[in-house]
Amino acid sequence: MTPVSTATVENPAEVTPTGRFWNRQRRLGVGVLVIGLLATILFGALAPSKTARFTLSEDAQGAAFSINGKLGAILFGVLAIAAGAVLLAGLLSRYSTAVLSAGILTFVLSFLCWQVAGNFLPLVDTASGTLELAVPLIFGALAGVLGERSGVINVAIEGQFLMGAFGAALVGTMAGSVWAGLFSAAVGGVLIAGILAVLAIRYLVDQTVVGIVLNLLALGVTGFLYERLMQADAQSYNQPPKMPEWKIPGLADIPVVGPVLFDTNLLVWLALILVFVVHFGLTRTRWGLRTRAVGEHPTAADTVGIRVRGLRYLNVLLGGVVAGFGGAYFTLVATGSFNKNMTAGAGFIALAALIFGRWTPFGALGAALFFGFAQKLATYLSAVGSPVPNQFLNMLPYLATIVAVAGLVGRVRAPAADGQPYVKS
Amino acid sequence: MTTDGPVGAPGKDADETAAETAPAATPAAKEPGSDDSFMAHFLHNLWSANTVTVTVLSIVLATIVGAVLIVVSDPDVLHTFSYFTARPSDALTASWDLISGAYADLFKGAIVDPATVSAWADGSGTWRQVFFPISETLTYAAPLAFTGLSVAIAFRGGLFNIGGQGQAVLGTIIAALAGFALPLPPVLHLIAALLAGLIGGAVWGFIPGILKARTGAHEVIVSIMLNYTATLFLGWLILQKGVQQPGRSDAISKTVDGSAQLPSFGGELRANLGIVLAVLATIGVAWLLNRSAFGFELRAVGANSHAARTAGISVAKTYTLLMVVAGGLAGLGGATQVLGTAYALTPQVAGNIGFDGLLVALLGRNRPWGTLGAALLFGALRAGGNRMQSYTGISLELVTVLQALIVIFIAAPALVKAIFRLRAARSARLGASIAKGW
Repeated sequence: MTPVSTATVENPAEVTPTGRFWNRQRRLGVGVLVIGLLATILFGALAPSKTARFTLSEDAQGAAFSINGKLGAILFGVLAIAAGAVLLAGLLSRYSTAVLSAGILTFVLSFLCWQVAGNFLPLVDTASGTLELAVPLIFGALAGVLGERSGVINVAIEGQFLMGAFGAALVGTMAGSVWAGLFSAAVGGVLIAGILAVLAIRYLVDQTVVGIVLNLLALGVTGFLYERLMQADAQSYNQPPKMPEWKIPGLADIPVVGPVLFDTNLLVWLALILVFVVHFGLTRTRWGLRTRAVGEHPTAADTVGIRVRGLRYLNVLLGGVVAGFGGAYFTLVATGSFNKNMTAGAGFIALAALIFGRWTPFGALGAALFFGFAQKLATYLSAVGSPVPNQFLNMLPYLATIVAVAGLVGRVRAPAADGQPYVKS
Repeated sequence: MTTDGPVGAPGKDADETAAETAPAATPAAKEPGSDDSFMAHFLHNLWSANTVTVTVLSIVLATIVGAVLIVVSDPDVLHTFSYFTARPSDALTASWDLISGAYADLFKGAIVDPATVSAWADGSGTWRQVFFPISETLTYAAPLAFTGLSVAIAFRGGLFNIGGQGQAVLGTIIAALAGFALPLPPVLHLIAALLAGLIGGAVWGFIPGILKARTGAHEVIVSIMLNYTATLFLGWLILQKGVQQPGRSDAISKTVDGSAQLPSFGGELRANLGIVLAVLATIGVAWLLNRSAFGFELRAVGANSHAARTAGISVAKTYTLLMVVAGGLAGLGGATQVLGTAYALTPQVAGNIGFDGLLVALLGRNRPWGTLGAALLFGALRAGGNRMQSYTGISLELVTVLQALIVIFIAAPALVKAIFRLRAARSARLGASIAKGW
């Protein structure tokens, strides 16, 4: 057994910081102040005094926001310092989240002004790239939300992705239909989720252990079948049809937002809609209330007649469907064919998004978009030959999550019964 | 007979007591004046859910599932099943030939190939060819033993060191840097490089340890995140000037100096000092766990951290130190990999040894010697898998499947047992569902 204590140490002072001077807002303020100073001094000094153009299109053409790189880096850095100061001074405490977001946003803008100076950044391309990278993360993190809010840790998102991607490619090609592929992606995700559910709920195996082993199992099975079937005969096993792109007339003509959101494929919409559905479901429906009850205090939930195990099975399997869709995105949208270990750790970034997003659907959406943006920026920077190594930008999701769980700036808290098997007495 | 660790069930105490009582439950009534012969007693216990039986059955089950996978992924053999009712012998013979060929190659590649023995006997072959499979097995087993011990010792202290992969990566990085950058005389250089690997892993283990101790951040989350951070760092470092092999544009570092490489038998026999070090490490971990004060403390913390705190053990200090030790072991595994077989850093230099180490520890039930045995089994599977891939054309990935399946099967029956026990001993369950999760 891993008698693992929960992420939240029993420390009342941490949980109710009202009486202390160094409460969460002030600590966040220090953090924002430091990054603001960093932006102003470092980015400002390094940024060349050239124009940075942010074009409203997919390339260098068309209308653009332009600003001198050095000026922009310093200006936004100062704004970040201001945001930090506001938080530190304890002002606007009702809007602390907004101020925090503003501080982080200005920091990012300062960084961008430095990097883009003398060059251009196509905003539409960046936004759609961010969304493309974020969509599987959103699916994965939502799968995690479903399982973990009901108390089952899901570390096997990576495995569900792989099975989903593989199933979509295999069945999609054999049936010649993208919808058959999508369906079997869900089946692939449910397969892994089913094993996870049975072992975790029925046999009480440590859920993290099962998750990791299932990841390896999925990696092995898909890799094995890939080499045996797909590599030998890609024509008949590994050329799934691509998901059609749909353009909504009218809405697609809105600048920036239109081409990103309304000229795309079904899975992108599905991911965004699911965020709302899961949020609504968790907060406003009977199912959601029960899920949260089971995730926080299964014994109490059982006492009032909720079937703890049944609900957990349901949620984990639903999570499998959602993660399977995420896997389908890799083969039916992103690349167009399956490849060995093609998810390459995306499942763990989704896990990071889940944790960083505090186990909530909208938090997960925000975290997924943030991580997607970091990845997109990494490719952009390496394309323009930036001195900032793209590996360090790619580390950002992981480091941000460590900072979040360590409570260095605000702490995230898992559902109280997350990972605890429930044995009916 | 116990299954401490995560495979086991909700609580170590429950496991230990029940493992002893469960097999004895039925014969307990007739124990006084027992007329049972030794054989009857032996057979009775043989078919109970003890460690050995469960492990053997798990391996058998895994190979059966693997056989099914082999058959369904072979179009030719699958075709013979389409007229199964007309001529079943075709399908059965074809399947049997395929499966037995595959597993025979697995054995020949891992233990010994009879053909080389007879070749050596009649003088047409060399002794090196006979020992080649064993050498390969030992080569693959050495790093796994280290990462397995790393996970196992952490489990015993109640921590789940999922970060073995990142720690091993750091171990390879620092060991390789010391291997090609330090100008030292032969023996000293090797020791320095190994120590460097140990320190690299220990530093990477220290981070989740101190965060857990100081802030309560869950070590699983932190170390998962650190795994990928380490891999990305490696990817960046290899391409830097002074590290990258001069004259190469791809991601490969300079080669480790000969003086820092682990001595091997030479020729095709790649087995090196690493496996000897792994045995020494096993002895060391066994001593640390069972004979040292720190081992007692970590087991106490692992069994019940609240009780340990009450008894005056500093849980925070134990967690931190334990993660440092675990990280150091995984780092040594990485060092063994780069100094013993790879000799240069590549993005995939550490392979999957960290995650495989997790399986090894689970299979070895978190016992030092069990872990070493499991590492040998996994090394054998890997070595045999290589031969299977080149001779029978069956992907090496089958080995990953087998490894994962073995561990899944090991995990499940232990829990079936646990459930039975929970019903028998109601009080044991209360402590069971505490202290898990993030």
